[in-house]
Amino acid sequence: MSSSWGWLKSGTILGLSFLLAVALVKPIGVSTQYVIADCFIFCKLKPDLAQEHVDADGNKSYSSSNAYLNKNNGKYAKSTLNIANYGFIFVLAMFAGGFLASKLGGPKVGKEETWIPQVWKDNLGSSWIKRMIGAFASGFFILFGARMAGGCTSGHMMSGMMQTSLSGYIFAAGVFAIAVPLAIILFKK
Amino acid sequence: MEKIILAILVGGSFGFILHKVGATNPNKIVGFLRLTDLHLAKVILFAIGFSSLLLFILMAVGVISPMHISVKASYAGVIVGGAIFGIGFGLGGYCPGTTLAALGSGRKDSIFMILGGLVGAWAYVLAYGWLTESMPWLFDKIAGGNVSLAVTGNESYPALIDGMPGIVVAGVIALLFMGGAFLLPNKFRSN
Repeated sequence: MSSSWGWLKSGTILGLSFLLAVALVKPIGVSTQYVIADCFIFCKLKPDLAQEHVDADGNKSYSSSNAYLNKNNGKYAKSTLNIANYGFIFVLAMFAGGFLASKLGGPKVGKEETWIPQVWKDNLGSSWIKRMIGAFASGFFILFGARMAGGCTSGHMMSGMMQTSLSGYIFAAGVFAIAVPLAIILFKK
Repeated sequence: MEKIILAILVGGSFGFILHKVGATNPNKIVGFLRLTDLHLAKVILFAIGFSSLLLFILMAVGVISPMHISVKASYAGVIVGGAIFGIGFGLGGYCPGTTLAALGSGRKDSIFMILGGLVGAWAYVLAYGWLTESMPWLFDKIAGGNVSLAVTGNESYPALIDGMPGIVVAGVIALLFMGGAFLLPNKFRSN
């Protein structure tokens, strides 16, 4: 793991990346894009989930039959219908960033860890099915919670607390109040 | 087009950095949460403090416009949602963003995390209308909603501490965070 950065270098560069995002465009936020990806899939089946309207003067407006997607003048419907937007390309680029980092100096993920992290194996066993279900459930809770909270680690905790936003602090309080005891109970070694 | 190029550059760097700092590694996340490896805690504390200090300095000297500020709303659902998020975070050891970079780095269990995330996000989209009617308290604003602690100079977002310059309030908070990163031990518990 020597190819990872030490904490001071890590914190400095991670901080600069959040600052750069605010200075250039807007604060980083990831969890919204899960909704956009969902809406992109489901509006193929049910087109009224994301609709564009053009009035007589050529002005575009957006709406959705779903109360959540229709929020803020159809903001989510608009992003779905214009999916090649900043936010969605941003999250796709994150895959590529992780790939490059593991190739350019690492750390590389060990073969024995590609499907199950070591800490999971040590505590919960080597069942592939168990990790698969655990990861799926984990994703479900994380994104359900993040959408209820209106943001996740990047939007609330990092970008939010950087701006001294009250929401960042209360989100972090909610997260750690549950995640810390749960991790201590589940992972004993 | 310019925005697309920015998205590729900033998103790509962000994924790269998340991997290099260790945030794509569930062993590191779980170690942080069970307080046996505080590397990521030190990283996050320092990153928040350092970026906040630079942000408020650059806004004070006019390099960054306060129009770039975007303060999210505070309401009861932020805490409840955070707690639900915490269940998944403690169980899986990924975040919505780190799991994307982790998949890129070769952690294939991220596929199931992302699938679960897509289903969870859609479940919230479908549940939203019902939640607003049956649990309206979830959406009760806290301290006025879109508020920050320090004055940002963006009038859309009132500050809770508005009697002194934003740089002073944010500066003190930033120094506490950065100092905390230095003072925090490498672990609170051994195993």
